[in-house]
Amino acid sequence: MESNGRDAFRILHELDSLRAAKADIDSRISALEAELHHATLQNGVVPNGSSPVISTAIDSLLSDHHDHNLTPEMIHRYSRHLLLPSFGVQAQSNLLNSSVLVVGAGGLGSPALLYLAACGVGRLGIVDHDVVELNNMHRQIIHTEAFIGRPKVKSAAAACRSVNSTVQIVEHQEALRTSNALEIFSKYDVIVDATDNAPSRYMISDCCVVLGKPLVSGAALGLEGQLTVYNYNGGPCYRCLFPTPPPTTACQRCADSGVLGVVPGIIGCLQALEAIKIASVVGEPLSGRMLLFDALAARIRIVKIRGRSSECEVCGEKSTFTQQQFREFDYEKFTQSPLSPSPLKLNLLQADSRISSKAYHDRVANGEAHVLVDVRPAHHFKIVSLPKSLNIPLPSLEARLPEISSALKEEEERKGAGSDLSAQLYVICRRGNDSQRAVQSLHKMGFTSARDIVGGLESWAQDVDPNFPTY
Amino acid sequence: MEGKIETQTMDAMPEGKEGSSVKIKVLFFARARDLTGLSEMPMEVSSGSSAHDCLNDLVAKFPSLEEIRGCLVLALNEEYTTESAIVGDKDELAIIPPISGG
Ligand SMILES: [Zn+2]
Repeated sequence: MESNGRDAFRILHELDSLRAAKADIDSRISALEAELHHATLQNGVVPNGSSPVISTAIDSLLSDHHDHNLTPEMIHRYSRHLLLPSFGVQAQSNLLNSSVLVVGAGGLGSPALLYLAACGVGRLGIVDHDVVELNNMHRQIIHTEAFIGRPKVKSAAAACRSVNSTVQIVEHQEALRTSNALEIFSKYDVIVDATDNAPSRYMISDCCVVLGKPLVSGAALGLEGQLTVYNYNGGPCYRCLFPTPPPTTACQRCADSGVLGVVPGIIGCLQALEAIKIASVVGEPLSGRMLLFDALAARIRIVKIRGRSSECEVCGEKSTFTQQQFREFDYEKFTQSPLSPSPLKLNLLQADSRISSKAYHDRVANGEAHVLVDVRPAHHFKIVSLPKSLNIPLPSLEARLPEISSALKEEEERKGAGSDLSAQLYVICRRGNDSQRAVQSLHKMGFTSARDIVGGLESWAQDVDPNFPTY
Repeated sequence: MEGKIETQTMDAMPEGKEGSSVKIKVLFFARARDLTGLSEMPMEVSSGSSAHDCLNDLVAKFPSLEEIRGCLVLALNEEYTTESAIVGDKDELAIIPPISGG
């Protein structure tokens, strides 16, 4: 104990003397800087100033000698842009005078926002109404764990400000709707679509057409990405390409189909690049062409797409689509899917063909003879499953009925030992939709007492076992 | 001028000799890839076939493709095409449904 006390005293003493030495060095640095400052003022020499003290002092000198408005701090911050012959002072100045709106602070928006903030867009808007969740973190790299449960807009804005405090960051913490889109979009030069659903994509494209704004559109799912610039330089709009919305079955979401985190990251970076090109007026934006990214094959294809369609209902020659029509257009009805995708909740079965996860748990605890069929895809089953459940993915249900019959028989023999007890048949899935579909077909195929577990494994985790993993 | 004459001569002849066919490569993207389980596939169609004919053949082979039939971009040799375009030997026909995710 005694020696510990002596050590602490020695360390404190050493810290004191180091601090004193540091203060001495700091004051000598200040004195030298002041001396240099006077010398440069007298000689007219402009050092490549890294010190803010010098920079502020020579502001007036610079503004006298150059015909751009870049401050010394900007020159230093964006020096690598300024050194690019094909970018330079002009493009950087254009960028600093521009405004970009990113709709969606998710997988695409994360890298797009970070690069747009870093590169010196003058004003950067963020639209999102979601909160940060743990299962976002693998791809939505702008958010940190400290922001879990808090609005994505707040988190993204904080990250952008910490990268570049000189950019004006505007937070639009609201869902984009036809009621607010015109007002928000009209304040920006370039729109970046980083959303995750079909109705938003049509709404954003139509709004850009109505207001005459270029739209940088990116999308990613699974191991593939798509990128193009709409409504720019006579190019097509989203509706020119896809006049009819995809059926709801074809609209997959990352929450259902999965996505490799870096894939939206790559597309989001390319979106930032295209937005920078448009805002700074350099290069050839990806208009009239679509980039297709295939992560597994490590292949990028660029396909020429059609030009503006004269028949297009929104941007075509005969179109009379106005701001008023935009405000009244029902995008959810048009695409038959919700603007804020929430998990589908089907209700296909009668109440007596269903059972809650709690009631199922009680029956298991009471030793009821039963078979539990899990109809999720095999790769879901591998993530987590309930004990003794039998995995028969929904598409193969019909072909594998004999397995269910023999499992029921086995269970009856095991539990009943001769009596004519009949085992119950339960069906479960992730959220309780596919299990209902499965029970419907089981009823048709003679298993009339089959029941599904309401809310699937998610309700099991919520109501029975809080330690059961959700995904 | 020569090109025009040639086209007319071709038009005057019966389209595609009997039994003659062209071999193309079909590229599937996004949902089309999920529905077929393939990223690409060789395909033989009778010469003079249009992209529309190719799509019909594909839907016959993979009925689930019907789902996205009304919402896709077609590209022939990496260029936008309409369903009426005639495919030629060694052509690449890309079937590109939109992705919505992000
Ligand atoms: Zn259009």
